[in-house]
Formats: sequence, structure tokens, C-alpha cells
Amino acid sequence: MDFGPFLLLALMEGMVMAAVLALTAVGLSLVFGVMRVVNVAHGEFFMLGAVIAWFVTHFMPGPPAVAFAAALVICPLLVGGIAALSDTLILKRLNYDPEATIVATIGLSYIFQQTALTFYGPDARPVLAPFDLRIQLPWFGYSGYKIAVVFAALAILLAVWLLMTRTRAGLIMRATQLDRNTARAFGINVDRVYAAVFALGAGLAAVAAVLIVPIQQAHYLMGHDPLLLSFIVVIIGGLGSLRGTLVAALVIGLSDGVISVFFSPTLAKILATLLVAMVLVFRPQGLFGTKP
Amino acid sequence: MTKLIGMTPSRRTLLKGMAATASALALPGFVQAQSSAPIKLGFQLHRTGIGAAYGRWYERTTQAALKVLNDQGGINGRPVEVIFEDDGTDPKRGAEVVEKLASQAGCDAIFGPLFSHVVNGSAPRAGELQVPYLVCSEGFHVASGKLNRWTMQPGITDVRAQVSSMAPWVAANLGKKVTMVFPDYAFGHDHRDYFTAAIEAQGGEVIKHIAIPPTETSFTRYLPQIPKETEVLYHVMVGPAVLTFVKELGEFYGTGTRPEIFGFIDSLEAVDTASPGLEFLEGTHFWEGHCRVKQADASEHEAFYRMAVGVDDTGASVSDSKDVATYAHMFSTWETLFVLKKGMEAAGYQTTADRQKLIEAIEAMTNMPESMEHPQGAKVFNGKTHQVFGHQSISKVEGGKLVRVHMTSIEDGMYEDAVDYTTMSF
Repeated sequence: MDFGPFLLLALMEGMVMAAVLALTAVGLSLVFGVMRVVNVAHGEFFMLGAVIAWFVTHFMPGPPAVAFAAALVICPLLVGGIAALSDTLILKRLNYDPEATIVATIGLSYIFQQTALTFYGPDARPVLAPFDLRIQLPWFGYSGYKIAVVFAALAILLAVWLLMTRTRAGLIMRATQLDRNTARAFGINVDRVYAAVFALGAGLAAVAAVLIVPIQQAHYLMGHDPLLLSFIVVIIGGLGSLRGTLVAALVIGLSDGVISVFFSPTLAKILATLLVAMVLVFRPQGLFGTKP
Repeated sequence: MTKLIGMTPSRRTLLKGMAATASALALPGFVQAQSSAPIKLGFQLHRTGIGAAYGRWYERTTQAALKVLNDQGGINGRPVEVIFEDDGTDPKRGAEVVEKLASQAGCDAIFGPLFSHVVNGSAPRAGELQVPYLVCSEGFHVASGKLNRWTMQPGITDVRAQVSSMAPWVAANLGKKVTMVFPDYAFGHDHRDYFTAAIEAQGGEVIKHIAIPPTETSFTRYLPQIPKETEVLYHVMVGPAVLTFVKELGEFYGTGTRPEIFGFIDSLEAVDTASPGLEFLEGTHFWEGHCRVKQADASEHEAFYRMAVGVDDTGASVSDSKDVATYAHMFSTWETLFVLKKGMEAAGYQTTADRQKLIEAIEAMTNMPESMEHPQGAKVFNGKTHQVFGHQSISKVEGGKLVRVHMTSIEDGMYEDAVDYTTMSF
């Protein structure tokens, strides 16, 4: 294939990856920013979103588009509910102690994974895309759905940004992030904010999974990669910084697309991990993070 | 310290007492084992992990074969019991499963694993424990001499023989400039090494090797590496993402021009060929170890086997048409179980002390005619290399169904012995 079309394909693949990565990583970043909790179970929330999407589309009658739209609403709500429950039942009892929450979320991740294995089974199962459109370019064909994923992710990210900067709920979250004790002194129910933020973070991972599941398939082990990549993105962007997370997702997604197409996907992963190491050495707070 | 030393004799006495009791209790059991106690076979099963689709069907096939076997009166007049143990399709757990089945469950022999990295990880342990380990993995690792005297593959032809026997047909009917897409581990490397050599022997060449990590979930990014002048795209893929791979291949070529496509059915095992997005497969070719769709000339044995396992004429479960079988591979567990039966009968197998005799009895086997015990077709076993050779099918997708267009002869896949296991010590 010639260089031009080659690059185009690389960029398109990179954009899809960046979009999904941004959604997943923003959830992780939000939870860390507001709650100071390193959520190791984030990848499993992603997996739960995909698995629940399979159940919803499988048992929902009607055309695939309707079933998919239903999954897009039901999955984040359910996964968010599970997350809020985990927060109230476990993380709150640990007083959000950083070490204890890491261990607790590792435990949670195993529980979610084994629950999925028990009730969903070990197979990878496909979910039908809401529409079947193939874009035929002169050099190669491309899935129309993948392009739709990019726009859907952009719309959701915009909504999150509006929520955080333009609404009262966002103001309360930011206030809690800034100073938990002062926020409490001003009458903010910090416990409820924490549960809501944890649910929102998990819900975003679930939405990302619903978007990706017609491209990949729902599988109980699928949470590993998104977790790793989200951590890479969040560390590079700066823990807790939404803007940094978005920029880093774009950088990682596009570079991964281009490097994997022109060289090899393994090299792309090596370079991303190297970048994390460099950031940790020379700018530990991340590109857009503030010094603690 | 003194305290510890003071404790030692009493503990030793206790242990002695326990050992005496245990041996006294075990004695009647031992006497009974020689008469009517069941023969215990361990099955190393990929119930979870990346091989789960295979595991599900391997278990069903083995259960069906076991029922037939016990209905016939078992082995040497004794009933047979199969103990299934999940290895998570993980080499490390594989070795542990072998250990557990051999030492803890006291199995007479172990069989069943498919994935070559699991076999490579587990076979050394089977050799150390001196337990017959009959694999169903297709890998050339058995016949290459890399493993040991306790490891055999009597139920399925290895990759080297499969690809060598089909290369002439591919070169003559599809094209000579081949690009290979394969998983980047032992099984894929067998494809890479032996298909490349076999196509060169036919005057063709592999112009590009594209290795993909077996845990990969997204494939579009690899596809631009396929050179434009490719005449035949050879693909073989495994794991939970196989459907994604084939779908993305279809999206990539779309309605544009594409090379001829020759795939191993592994890329589509347990996947319905009529799935949405796979329409482009129409007219492409597949290797099949055993034809998924019941062919017009299917033998009575094949029909019996299909019915016993519970597979309909299209290759799906009779109880759920969406549950497609791993039909091209799973016959190997059925056939391996019957090889074990025949071997144990020839060896006069009674206890685990006869394991060595069992290996020697299987090594002495040669012709395996098509029969109820060998529903996939006739085979020839090479006792020196511990490897069996059989017929391979090349099928074409016609109207969304796989129809056989060519069947190789057993001799097509034969190659020179790379090892003589019978000269090795146990």
C-alpha cells in the first residue's frame, strides 16, 4: 500500500483507539482526582459494561439499533450502581486509605472477573453493531461503525466536561477535590459525592466498553488492556487532570495507531511504557498535573 | 531449639502410626483395583482462558466417547472414569494440572490438551512423573523429538504434515505468492516454518510473514502489511478474538479487489460461517481437520459420531443452533480415548505399574482404519515419532456453507522421521 492511504488508515485506527481510551481514562482520572483512590478494578468495570451489553442486546427484542441504544443506557447505570455500592460497602469503611483502597480494588477486580466467568462463561461473544455500514475507500474498506464510535465518544466527553464545569454537581465535585474537609464544612455530603464520582468513573468505562463491544467481543478477561492503557494515559496526562488525560489519550492513541501500522504493535506498547517511565522520572506530576 | 528437638520423636511416632493405618486402609483398595475398580483417565481441559471454546466441545466429545466406551464394557472389563481438570489454557497451570491428575487423583493416563504452549509447558512434568500424556495439539513438538517418551499424539495429524499435504493444492489452484498471517507462538511458528518450506518445494514463495500476538484484540493495523502482489492470503488465528480478525479482514478488503484467501478453520472454529460481516468469505477456502458440515459422502461412522456428540448437520449443537462446534479438531479427543482403550487392552493394563507397557503397546500400533473408533478417517501411526498421520480436507465456502473440494492422501503429509522415541529410556 502507498504511504498516503497507509497513513490515513493508521490515523483512523489511532482515532478510534484514542476515543475509547479517553473515555476509559477520564473515568479513572476523575476517581483519582476527586477521591484520591487508585482504582485497580477500573478495567473490570469496563469488562462488566461489555458483558452486560451482551446480555441486554441478547435478550432485548427488536432491531439491533434499539437493543444497542438500550445497552448504551442500561450498562453505565448498572455498572455505576455496582460501583456506588462497592464504594459505600468497602472503600468508605477503609476511610479511603490509599494503600488499603489499592488492595481492596485489586480484590474487587478478581471478584468481578470471577463473577463474570461464573455467570457469563469463558467464551467471547459478539454484539451486533447498531448499523452495518462499510465505507469503501479506493485503497481499503473501513467500518462505518468505528467512525461513529469516535463521534459518540467526543459527544460523551463534551457532556462530561459540561457536567464538571457548568453544573452545580460539577462544582460540588470540584470543591470536594480541592479540599474535602472544607467542602464538608460547607455542608456538602462528601460520602455521597464520593459514591457518585466512583459511579460516574465506572459508568464512563462501561460506556466505552459498550461502544467497543461490536468491534471486539465481550470476554471476561478483556479488562486487562484498558486498565493498563488508562494508567499509562493518566500518568502521562497527570493524575486528576481531565485536560491532561484527554491530551495524553490522543497522543497515546494516535502514536499507537501510527507506530503499530508502520512498525509493530509491540513497539508501540514499548514506546508508550517508556514514555511513562520518562514522565515519572522527569515530571512526576504528569504533563498537566499540579505539584502536590 | 531444645523444645523442637524434644518434639521430634513424638511426631515421628505419630507419622509412623498414620502411615501404618493408611497402608492398612489402602490394602483392600489395591486388591480391588486389580479386579473391578474403574480405570481413571485424566483430561487436561481448556475450560477457561483463550481456549475455552475448544474446551467446551472437547469435554462434550469426550463425555460422548466415554459413554460409548462404557456401554461397550469399558477397558479390560473395567469401567472407565474421566476426571476433567481445567488448566485455564495456561502453561504454568497445565503442568500443575498434570501433577494433580497424576499424583493426587492417581490417573492411569492423561490426555486432551490442545494449545501448543500448554503442551510444551506440561509435557516435561508428565515425563518426570512417568505418566502417559496423550496430546491433541497438532503441534510438531511431538514428532520433532523435543518432548519425551511419555508424550504421544495418536489422535490428530500435526501441523507440519497438514500444511505439507495441502501446499501442492494451494500452489496449483490458488496461487504461488503467499502472505501468511499467523499467531506469534509455537503453533503459529510451525505453520510459518513448514508451510513456507512446503510452498517453496512447489515453486512458490511466501513474500511476507505477519506474526500477530495471540492475545491481540484488534487486527486492522496489521492488514496494510499485506503486499499488493499477494496472490494467496494464508491465515490462521486462535483465541477469543478470531471473529474480530475475520470481520476486520472483510472490512479491510470490502468490495475492492482481494487476493485468494486460504485459511485454517482455526480462525473460525466455534463461529458460524453465516455471521453478519463474514459474507466476504464466500468463495474462499479453508483447511478442515474434519468437515464441520455433514458432507454428501459422509460415512456411517461419521454420522454415528456426529449424533453421539450432539452436533447437527451444519456443525452446531443439536440443542442450540448458535453454539457452533470446534468440529475440525474435537474428533481427536474421541479417537485418543479409543487409542487408549486399544493400547490398554494390548498391554493387559491393570495398575499404574503397567504405564510403561501402555506406551510400548501404543508405539506398536500402525494402521488405524476408518471405524467407529476413528470417525475422522483412516490413519497411520508412527510409533517412532509418536505421531499419527491422516487425511486433510480443503473446503470452500459456498452459500455460507463449507463444502469439501479436496481431500489429501495420508502419504501427502508424511515426512522423514526426526526422532526415534523408542530408543529413549523411560
